[in-house]
Amino acid sequence: MNATISKLDEVKTGNWSGGTSPFKIEYGKIMMWLFLLSDAFTFTAFLVAYGAQRMFIQDTWPNPDHVFQSIPFITDTGAPLVYVGIMTFILIMSSVTMVLAVEAGHRNSKKEVVTWMILTILGGMTFLGCQALEWSHLSHEGFWFGAIPDSYLGAQQMGATQFSSYFFAITGFHGFHVTVGITVNIIILLMTLSNVFERRGTYLMIEKVGLYWHFVDLVWVFVFTFFYLV
Amino acid sequence: MATTTTLPAADYNHNDHHDHGHKETFITKYVFTQDHKMIAKQFLITGIIMAFIALFLSILFRLQLAWPEKDFPILEVFLGKWAEGGRIKPEFFLALVTIHGTIMVFFVLTAGLSGTFSNLLIPLQIGARDMAAPFMNMLSYWFFFVACVVMLASFFVESGPASAGWTIYPPLSALPTAISGSGTGMTLWLISIGIFIASQVMGGINYISTILNMRTKGMSLWRMPLTIWALLFTAILGLLSFPVLVSAVVLLFFDRSMGTSFYLSDIIVQGQILAHEGGSPILFEHLFWFLGHPEVYIVILPSFGIVSEVISINSRKPIFGYHAMVYSLLGISVLSFLVWGHHMFVTGMSPFLGGVFMITTLIIAVPSAVKVFNYIATIWRGNIRFTPAMVFSIGMVSFFISGGITGLFVGNAAIDIQVHDTYFIVAHFHLVMGSAAIFGMLAGVYHWYPKMFGRMMNNRLGYLHFWITFVGAYFVFIPMHFMGIDGVPRRYYAFTSFEFMEKWLSVNVFITWSAIIAGLAQVAFAWNFFHSMKHGKLATQNPWGANTLEWTTPIERIHGNWPGELPTVHRWPYDYSKPGHSEDFIPQTVPYSETMSSNLPHDFEGNPEAEKIQREWEAQQLVVDEESK
Repeated sequence: MNATISKLDEVKTGNWSGGTSPFKIEYGKIMMWLFLLSDAFTFTAFLVAYGAQRMFIQDTWPNPDHVFQSIPFITDTGAPLVYVGIMTFILIMSSVTMVLAVEAGHRNSKKEVVTWMILTILGGMTFLGCQALEWSHLSHEGFWFGAIPDSYLGAQQMGATQFSSYFFAITGFHGFHVTVGITVNIIILLMTLSNVFERRGTYLMIEKVGLYWHFVDLVWVFVFTFFYLV
Repeated sequence: MATTTTLPAADYNHNDHHDHGHKETFITKYVFTQDHKMIAKQFLITGIIMAFIALFLSILFRLQLAWPEKDFPILEVFLGKWAEGGRIKPEFFLALVTIHGTIMVFFVLTAGLSGTFSNLLIPLQIGARDMAAPFMNMLSYWFFFVACVVMLASFFVESGPASAGWTIYPPLSALPTAISGSGTGMTLWLISIGIFIASQVMGGINYISTILNMRTKGMSLWRMPLTIWALLFTAILGLLSFPVLVSAVVLLFFDRSMGTSFYLSDIIVQGQILAHEGGSPILFEHLFWFLGHPEVYIVILPSFGIVSEVISINSRKPIFGYHAMVYSLLGISVLSFLVWGHHMFVTGMSPFLGGVFMITTLIIAVPSAVKVFNYIATIWRGNIRFTPAMVFSIGMVSFFISGGITGLFVGNAAIDIQVHDTYFIVAHFHLVMGSAAIFGMLAGVYHWYPKMFGRMMNNRLGYLHFWITFVGAYFVFIPMHFMGIDGVPRRYYAFTSFEFMEKWLSVNVFITWSAIIAGLAQVAFAWNFFHSMKHGKLATQNPWGANTLEWTTPIERIHGNWPGELPTVHRWPYDYSKPGHSEDFIPQTVPYSETMSSNLPHDFEGNPEAEKIQREWEAQQLVVDEESK
């Protein structure tokens, strides 16, 4: 009889039948993915606004190769894309070191996690530093929120002003994300050093923070494309 | 967000390490609590307080609308310079309208409604100990609380609260010199909403991951109560639409304080030409309504969920078309992202694009109608129990129908040009998302009060509250349709200043009196709500004879929800009045082996073994019956 009852009352055990995570992942990781999805909408909204604005005043939009042609401390003109190329490379390298940190975390190798995390943080800070230099260079030339150098004349002014405003707003918002990322990276570096994850038995937190860091890099690729390339 | 990353994490979820043992202080139990049931109560009570504030604001501006020439010296006593000589100033009138709308939409019907019921019902109805991340859940409430405080603080700044309408369209909101409310008040509005969005995102990702990851054994998606489905879609909508408002608000912030022109072009303020050039206020409208339209579904979906549950329980019938209900929720959610342009038909939008937005808008009527018909079909020939929750649910369906029908008018690009920004719109959305959503919320409060406080609310006061509010709301909003068709614009300060509006003054007096009486009826609710906490009749464990898991928890509302093991779910949540069973409800935790007389082959879909056993039992029953004859 008992066997009969257990057949009748059998509870399904599929991935979606409850009692288990359908994706076999921990809730924190789902939450991080959801947050990134949400944040992606913020950046998409920014970039769509930028695109719409640019489309409407296409004729007066400045040529990015003219705006960004300096390399701080080396040259003020004649080198479009070089400096931002270096910045982008540094940021992407910091994503690589992040991947290595996550991988080291899978092997529970604290020492390696620490090394790669330090390199990731350094990469992030260098990127931010580069961005600060670029901002200060542009602002010395006269670009700022709602401001442009006197060299733009007549109809050109409108496009240049909007370009400048959007540039500072969007790269600023991205820079804010990088700053948050660096802060969080430092926190988990300290947590690693104080053996929090070792005691917990898992370095999953590195993976979750890594997701955020890769996302910030990915956003930069889009920002880079829209402001510097096209 | 930094907070997502500092959470403890071991396995998929920490469903099983609940800690009974350690001591709780007043602070950890009632203030910085991480228990979802307490956080739900915090959301609810904050929401109720905000609702009363917003209601009071609406009465203030209704006074002005009904008696624009009359002085009310009492107003000067507590409003000071905003009502010099007892008459509300035009600037303050606009501030009242703005803050009334903002509080009602964001703080009451978004946070107060989905915040309360997501927190209360998600863990209880899916069989989890708590939310996925209780700490973030706590933060979500306290961010909401701070947002409320900042918003209310704007009443105490020199230049007054924001007054550009709850939609804060630039250029009015972007130029601090344009109107007094666009100064500090507007800045506070933006800060408050920024904090509010952070609260929503933290709440939303928590709700979704809890529903995905922490359902108890046997609680497959198709066994979830419709409340959970509705709250899931609500959370997804919020998660995808609120971030776009972040972008809109950030750009507006730069326009206000950094001299940019994202939303500004060709502007003259008080005879002075401003330097702003190149931007467009229409851009703001696009960004705002990309949030704004899903937002109205964020407001109404939780009410749909609550009403589905309450109507099914109190009709003692399974909800009609459970799957259709879920698919219509899904349809509404998807479509809600494709219709924002219908708020902007008069912005000079190309008629073709207007036509596209019109079609998507009108398509929403289909899933909405599916829901309404299913509610009615559920009630049809039901064994109806008119509990206060049930009458509020029926009221919700009524409001949704009468407000939804005018949605077909205003969703039409051609007709919208006539009624845009008139009282017709005011009437439409106050019925369809205002009154309907608040009735859903009240139904939820009356229904789950025993779960929250262990006591029952008073039924008589509940009926009194219902009838006065129900009739009052119709008396307030039905006349507004006619004003709108006559072209009376919303947000106008004095009807006596325009000849064609003067004839509507008497109607305004009627509306204001209805609003005052309906407002007073809320005192009955407040008394009932707060008095019953201590003095209400003690609740039984399952006072409504409901099937869902929350009614299997002990009345004492312990931390971790279930003593011992988590319940196992064996059936869907709507086995009401199942033929062959001795009672008219079968809780989800009851296994099929205990209900042999009412099992149907359909119950064992995908399990032929069990179906065979059931058929053998039935064959045996027949033999027994024969013999006993």
